[in-house]
This record gives sequence, structure tokens and C-alpha cells, in this order.
Amino acid sequence: MDLEFDARYDAFRREVRDFLAEHRPRRAFGLAEGRNEDRVAWLSLQIEHGYWARTIPKEYGGYGAEPDLLETVIMDEEFNKAGVPRGMMAQGPSMLVPTLLSHGSEEQRRRWIGPTMRGEVIWCQGYSEPGSGSDLASLQTSATGDGEDFLINGQKIWTSTADKAQMCFILVRTEPEARKHEGISYLLLPMDTPGIEIQPLRTMSGSIGENSFNQVFFTDVRVPKANVVGKRGEGWKIANTTLKHERSSLNANAEGTWMRLARLMQKETIAGVPAMASPIYRDRLMRLHARALSMKHHGMRMLTCNLRGESPGVAGLIVKLQNCQLNFDMAALAIDVMGELGALYDHTKYEREHGYWQAHSIFSLGLIIGGGTAQIQKNIIAERGLGLPREPKPAAT
Amino acid sequence: MDFGLSEDQLLLEDTIRGFLADQVPIERVRELREQDCPNDRAVWRALAELGVTGILVPEAQGGSELALLDASLVSQALGHAVTPTPFLSSAVMAPIALEAVSGKAAEDWLAGIASGELVVAVAVTELSSVREEAGLRLQGGRLQGKAMMAIDACGADLLLLAIDPGRFAVVKSDAPGLETTRLATIDATRCTAELLLEGVTPEAVFEDAGHAIGRMLDAGRVALAADALGACESMVEQAVAYAKERKQFDRLIGSFQAVKHMCSEMIAEVEPARSLLWYAAHSFDASPDEAPLMSCHVLAHVSEIGREIASVATQVHGGIGWTDEQNLHFWFKRIANARHLLGGPEYLRNRAAELQGFAPAA
Repeated sequence: MDLEFDARYDAFRREVRDFLAEHRPRRAFGLAEGRNEDRVAWLSLQIEHGYWARTIPKEYGGYGAEPDLLETVIMDEEFNKAGVPRGMMAQGPSMLVPTLLSHGSEEQRRRWIGPTMRGEVIWCQGYSEPGSGSDLASLQTSATGDGEDFLINGQKIWTSTADKAQMCFILVRTEPEARKHEGISYLLLPMDTPGIEIQPLRTMSGSIGENSFNQVFFTDVRVPKANVVGKRGEGWKIANTTLKHERSSLNANAEGTWMRLARLMQKETIAGVPAMASPIYRDRLMRLHARALSMKHHGMRMLTCNLRGESPGVAGLIVKLQNCQLNFDMAALAIDVMGELGALYDHTKYEREHGYWQAHSIFSLGLIIGGGTAQIQKNIIAERGLGLPREPKPAAT
Repeated sequence: MDFGLSEDQLLLEDTIRGFLADQVPIERVRELREQDCPNDRAVWRALAELGVTGILVPEAQGGSELALLDASLVSQALGHAVTPTPFLSSAVMAPIALEAVSGKAAEDWLAGIASGELVVAVAVTELSSVREEAGLRLQGGRLQGKAMMAIDACGADLLLLAIDPGRFAVVKSDAPGLETTRLATIDATRCTAELLLEGVTPEAVFEDAGHAIGRMLDAGRVALAADALGACESMVEQAVAYAKERKQFDRLIGSFQAVKHMCSEMIAEVEPARSLLWYAAHSFDASPDEAPLMSCHVLAHVSEIGREIASVATQVHGGIGWTDEQNLHFWFKRIANARHLLGGPEYLRNRAAELQGFAPAA
């Protein structure tokens, strides 16, 4: 255990602070808001200073630093304090880039990682299908060989940002004869290819939040076979390494959200008295503080495991489950503190923080389900983490 | 920079866990619960040989002067094995308080603690919870009053008593005017007692000791959280092991999703709590300003998850888990009793709010 902030780190913290003081944008750049050029410029500036894509090699468009846990912690803390997101929360940087770093060809890495981290290329993820949710490996979207190309036919669902994305990383069945998990390939597909039809999927979030979901239909969509990541038939394995990455890295900045909740409770008044003065709300806030601090330090422990090259074991499998629920519970307290006004929505008069907490609540619920439902997570924890026996297959009828 | 245990710490943990599995198995714990005080001197002397009693005592007084994180690993191992010892009082709280005050007497007592010859109980309940009109007064150099739930008092040689948040006294256990009565709780593995004092002459009174008392409580809360978390860990291990061997409906019960999910939910609480515990213990030595808040949070948090884990792990066992013979109840009761020692969750969370300026200070 060594969390010493020596002089070098103090200097680093000052650097980050100065950078934020000088360059902090007036508003966050979500995918749905602001101008594209502004977002690309802001992400590029962060990469140039090493606050984003920090450990990605220079030749792939990153900053090329050695991984350092404390620097990551400092950057997160300072960006949190400034209320600015570090980098961009999107599926390209969080899922595709780690996949390419571990399984991509040299050409794929050089071509895609830099533009993805800079936000020049937005990606969507083509995994789920209407008949393949929790049982993802049963997916049916097919890619049949046609000379140098594949022809893709089928349907994907829950494809967030498909309407904004230039590219899609998609799981397709290329080997129909092979066993379920061995017939899948991982492909990179331009979204402007003819034969792709996107239909927006209206969710329970309605108009709130910036996350659009879609259904995507593929009819004879032509993609070069060279766009396979890794080898044909290895898509399931490749997708799983990334899913694992997603599950253990979904740190979701619980402490930052908690601080925002504490600020709300100091500001929001009931009969002229701040909610923070209520022992009932305050007790709930403190309960959540301990949980948020647990997950913060758990994240540091997981990072340390990565740096030491140790497997975190079951401790890594529980991260997604816990963070999603914690986020939902923090939003629940915020909404309770606002009382009747907590249900206000869609820029109604008296709505607080532009509806942030309702959006956060509904979005968190989506995350509890998405990327492997909480129940699937618990099966994985029990079977892979604790070694409990798999459920026997039902006898054929 | 590294947020994890060192080689030395892993070795310490292995050594203590190995020793306890070997020397104080659950059969021995069952015997100890029949004694007037479950804290067994022979066990304590053996732990002294391993350096456990002096783990926080300065080297100058014969201790090994390790950090609270190291002591917490020992505490966790003791909770894991539900071993009755005066570790919390004598090896964690008393040394931290005595080290923070100066003087020859304190140094001698520290040396006695390190050698394992001197067991020092602590009475601090009234700092967070006054019941039954308990409380101590110092009148003309003599102590008067009552202290409840004094930790490890029955078999102790000395008692460290908080008079108020700024002063503590040290009293010999056989001092005239002192009456010590065991208050039996559900937890047969931890000794708690009532102290009645009628004009007791203390060995020493330490004035202006607010800092020492604060540090003692911080350390005690972290070590107690570690103990309860260790007990939680063991309950999860036992539940998972049982789910892998017990069959019903011609299947191992661990293959049922309902049972799997109970086990997953328990481990999903244990692991992040361990991370919080490491940080709280680390902050005690490396970032003392944070220690009061972190120690409140970690103990309150472990108390909350502990109640749930103790219940669910028992339920995984079904009826057998509810019997005396299965022994699981030793862990259940260790966790349940720890919940209100050194401040219950509601008290601790209010304190956490005060420390952040969110609540008016008491």
C-alpha cells in the first residue's frame, strides 16, 4: 500500500488544475450536443496534454505514457472537481479501442484508434438482437461469403448512437455449421454502406438524456472480409475480453455523482430549510457515501491488479453489478429530496438541474439491464467467481 | 504507488490464519465459550510469540511498530476464525491511546502489552451512547460511576476508561472499589462487562487527551470493522461450500439460480468493503486527517452489509444453519454484537456528516 503523493505528483496535479483553469469548456460535449469540431478540438487538446488516451502508444494516436495509477486518480479527481468529463464516454473508446489493442491488426490499430479517441469517428455496437439478449451467443445475423466480401443480413437492437455513428463493430454469424460460440466473427462496418436501415427505438427515457437507441436492419450489406478483427469464428472470444473490460472498468465515477448529490442537498430547501438539515435524508446520504467510497477504492484496487498483472478474480466480476445499482440509488435519493418536483420532466418549469436526476435514474436502470443484466452478472459471479455448478440443461422435450 | 497488500502483509495474514486454524479451531472456541471469560491466556501468549500483541507498540517498548493496516489484517483473521481474544482492546485501542500520551507509566504498560503479559481492557461506550445513567466522574482524584459494555474487561489486568472526550484514566482490575460484572451478550466469543466504580483510585489520569482518545476510537473502529468483515468472509465461504455439497431435488443446491444469486450478492458486498477497509486502515497512518471520517464510514458500512450477509449465509444452509451443532451462529452473533460496539451505524453516519460540516456538531 503506497498512495504517497510525492513532489512529482503534486506537480502533476497542479498541471492538470492549471490546464482545466485555462481550457475548461463552458459545457460538456455529449454526442448529441455542441458542434462536432468543438468536441474533436477539446478531445485532441486533452490527448496532446496526456489527459485522455494517456497510455495508448503514440503511433496509434495516443499520448504514449506508462500506466500510472496515481496519475489516473489525480486526473479523475481534478476533472470531477471541475465538473468536466475526462475524455468521452462512448463505446468506441471504451470497448472498441481496448479490443483493437489486444486483438486488432497493426493496420486496424493505426487506422482507427486515433480518430476514435479524438471523437472524429463515432462507433456503435452491433451485439444484441431481438431474439438474442441475455443469450447473446445465439445471435442469427449472418455474414455469408461473396468473393472478397461478406454479405450481412439480419437485425440488431439496442444499438445506441447508430444514427450518429460512422462505424459499427458488429458480431455476425460467419460459420453457420460451427457450434454456437464458435461460428461468430467480429467485424468493422461503415454505417454508410448500402442496405443498412436505422429505426429509432423509443425507450422509457423519452426525450431525456442524450442516449438514443435504435434498431438496425441489414439487407445484403457488403463488407470486405479484411474487416474481421482477429480470426474468423473467434468473435465470441474477442467480444468477451472487451465485455470483461467493460464490466471491470465501469467505474462510473460514483464519488463525483455523490458530490453532486451532496451539493443538491445543500441547495434544495423544504419549507426554507436545506434538505441537508434533515437527519433522515442525511443518513441516507452518508450510507451512499460509504458505498461510493467503497467503489472508488475498489476501482483503485482493480487498477492495481491490472498494473501488477494479477487477476482480480471474483473481485473484478462484481464491479458492474455494484456500480449500476449504486448510481440508481443515488438518483433515487436526489429525486426523493426534490419531492413532488423530482418528477418534473422535459424542461418543465421548476425542473432542477435540467432533469439530470430523472435522466440519471432511468439511464442507470438501463445500465442495470444492458451489457448483461444484473441476473446474468450474478450467474457469472457465482459460476466463474465462486465455482458454483452451472444449471443443468433441461432435458430435450 | 500501489493500492494493494504487500508481500509481508500477505505473509502475515497467512501466518495468523494458519495459526488460528491449527490452534484455535471451532471446537476450541466451543470450549472457550463455557469459561467465565472466553479470552484465553494461553492463546494470547501464543499470539504474543507471533508478535500479535505488540503489533502497534513502538519498537522502543518491544513492539513491532507496524501500521493499522497490518493490525487490521490480524483482526480480520481473528473475526474469520471467531477467536476470542482481547486483540481489539489490548493490541489496538489501548496501545494507540497510550502511545499518544507521554510518560514512564505509559511506556511500561506498552512494554507489558507487547510481551503479552499485560492485558488492557477499554471502556469507551459512554462516548457514543449513554444508557442506564452510566458515566464516570473524577472527584478528588477518585473515580465514581458506571461504565457499560467495557471491552475485554473480565480477564484484564488494567482498564483504560474514558472519563469524557478529553480525559482517560487507567485503573488496575483489582483496585478497591471496582466491581466488574460480565454482561453476557449473544456473542460468546467477545467479553463485555459492566464496571461499577466507588471511589476508585486510578493509576493515572491523562488530561488533554482528546487527540489520544480520538485516535483510539478511529483505530478501534477500523479494527472492529475488520473483525466483522473477516466473520462475513467466513460465512460466505461456508455458504458457498455448503451449496456445493448439499443436494435437494436431485441437484446440488448451488446449481439453483436462487441460491447462486444469494451467494453472488454476498460476495459483491464483501469485496468492495475489503477495499474500503484497506483505505480506512491506510489513512490512519498515511493521511490522519481523513481517518475519523473513514473509520466511521467503514464500521457503519460493514455493520450494514454484515447484518444482511449473516442472515443470507444462514439461509443458504437452511435448517441446519439454525442449529447449535453447525456452529454458523458463532459468526452470526460475532457480527451482530459488533454492530453496536464503538458506535452503531446511525451514530457513526451522523458523526460522518458532522465531520464534513453537514450536520451541526453535537
